[in-house]
Amino acid sequence: METYTVLREFADSWFLIAMFTFFLGCCAFAFWPSQRRARDAAAAIVLRDDSPPHATGCANACPDCTCKTFLMEAETNG
Amino acid sequence: MSALKLTLLGIVILISAYAADQGRDLAFRVHGFLILLVSAGLFLWTLRKTDTPRPAVAMGDYQDDVVRAGVLATAFWGIAGLLVGVIIALQLTFPALNFDWAQPFGNFGRLRPLHTSAVIFAFGGNALIASSIYIVQRTSRTRLFGGNAVWFVFWGYQLFIVLAATGYLLGANQSKEYAEPEWYVDIWLTVVWVVYLVVFFGTILRRKERHIYVANWFFLAFIITVAMLHVVNNLALPVSIWGSKSVQLFGGVQDAMTQWWYGHNAVGFFLTAGFLGMMYYYVPKQANRPVYSYKLSIVHFWALIFLYIWAGPHHLHYTALPDWASTLGMVFSVILWMPSWAGMMNGLMTLNGAWDKIRTDPIIRFLVASLAFYGMSTFEGPMMSIRAVNALSHYTDWTVGHVHSGALGWNGMIIFAMIYFLTPRLWNRGAMYSTAAMNWHFWCAMVGIVMYAASMWVSGIMEGLMWREVDDQGFLVNSFADTVDAKFPMYLVRSVGGILYLAGAGIMVWNMWMTIRGTARTTQAVAQMTPPAGEGSAPAAPIPATPAE
Repeated sequence: METYTVLREFADSWFLIAMFTFFLGCCAFAFWPSQRRARDAAAAIVLRDDSPPHATGCANACPDCTCKTFLMEAETNG
Repeated sequence: MSALKLTLLGIVILISAYAADQGRDLAFRVHGFLILLVSAGLFLWTLRKTDTPRPAVAMGDYQDDVVRAGVLATAFWGIAGLLVGVIIALQLTFPALNFDWAQPFGNFGRLRPLHTSAVIFAFGGNALIASSIYIVQRTSRTRLFGGNAVWFVFWGYQLFIVLAATGYLLGANQSKEYAEPEWYVDIWLTVVWVVYLVVFFGTILRRKERHIYVANWFFLAFIITVAMLHVVNNLALPVSIWGSKSVQLFGGVQDAMTQWWYGHNAVGFFLTAGFLGMMYYYVPKQANRPVYSYKLSIVHFWALIFLYIWAGPHHLHYTALPDWASTLGMVFSVILWMPSWAGMMNGLMTLNGAWDKIRTDPIIRFLVASLAFYGMSTFEGPMMSIRAVNALSHYTDWTVGHVHSGALGWNGMIIFAMIYFLTPRLWNRGAMYSTAAMNWHFWCAMVGIVMYAASMWVSGIMEGLMWREVDDQGFLVNSFADTVDAKFPMYLVRSVGGILYLAGAGIMVWNMWMTIRGTARTTQAVAQMTPPAGEGSAPAAPIPATPAE
């Protein structure tokens, strides 16, 4: 009973505030102005064609290629 | 490696042979025999290929063979689950169909969990596993992690389904809704599920994309939460290690609360979060435009995750559960309406500017219908969770209608869209064999759902009103049997609706068969093929076809 009361009080107060703050943080993160390009880039992921990964392009492997297919680095993913 | 495998299989063979002989009940002995057959077959198979060299794996390609198997399994279990659904609907309409010669295996009580598990876990689960594996590879632009581990997930999951289904028929059932399998089947599912998590998460970790696409967030939430729900709700102590019966660790109202915490989140994370992952891939892909708002999809994800987990207590209004707990469940259910509709709007608005595709592209039509039913059932659900409404709706057919507008409408339609999307791609055929058959399927399914949902609304509300009707002396007017009698016409309509829905799925299987067999149809329009990325929207008119070779 004692544990229940303590946990219940904690859940109703601090933990609730913590979770709600986390959620507000997620919303702020989603709409943060500097992240706009990142959101657009993420939304475009599905629209690239279905070709297997090895056929994506040069992946910056050649000495003087200018393609931006190194997807982990390019924010807008080429 | 094969020595270790053979040793392990040998041990399993011995244990299962003992279980088949010494099991305390029929279900356990049959399962022992089943596992004996499977492990002996695997033993021989492993033994025979010990000195066959393994072909090199093309690491640069996506691993799609298991997705192909998953699509076929989805179609197979879909037909099986819907067929059992039709049978039990007819049994409710005509109780004589609980044939004497089929007792106790063929009665409604044993077939009903077979239907729910077959459609949710076999049909829905295979669709989720196949889709998640297909999508995570494409959106991460990498091959699946773990090599053949995914085949263990696939076949392990099929074995779970077979053990669960045969267990229900033979009477091994722990009587927890959607969690009926007994302890050893639960343990097996846990093992399979953990491997699934490793395969999925490993693929995300080695992704070549900078961002984790939102669909993968939903799939990950689905896999992790289902693992947690499954383990906690199935905490049980077997009565004997050689028998299927077990005793729950929780008792009374705690057990009920745990069960509906599980039950509602099976809906929330299995049938919603996982399917939203499918939605966030197939809708943009098929419409060939990015999701309406990626920002909204992030908010949608976190809001859904935070809210769903609290909604379970609304299943236990007016029970021994404390009022504060059921009020909590009710409030969170009502709040949940918002993120649900945010997701629906995000999916539908993705079609903004491409609405004409509803007319030309049957897959888009399936997806839009699916989202529309998602919107309807996520409005209906919060409303039914309100205590005053629940007083009327609970234990009536209204609940059954609500569940089916979600399951047949949202889950079923999006799975059909998935099958039509994946089949031509996976077997390298320009398009489905017959667009006309897709349209027939769509309309059969639509009319079926409408008949189902409408008859259950009428039946449920009538039933609820009859139960509470009192005369001027304060006595109840109707006996329970009166309500059963009054429901007959609605049950008949429901059965016809179910038969139509099943017929639609049958047309789909024929269409899949013809497509996979590779029969060329030169008149076929390739409506669902999308042009390469970067070129704005797809042409409104279907591209003229190239015959599949």
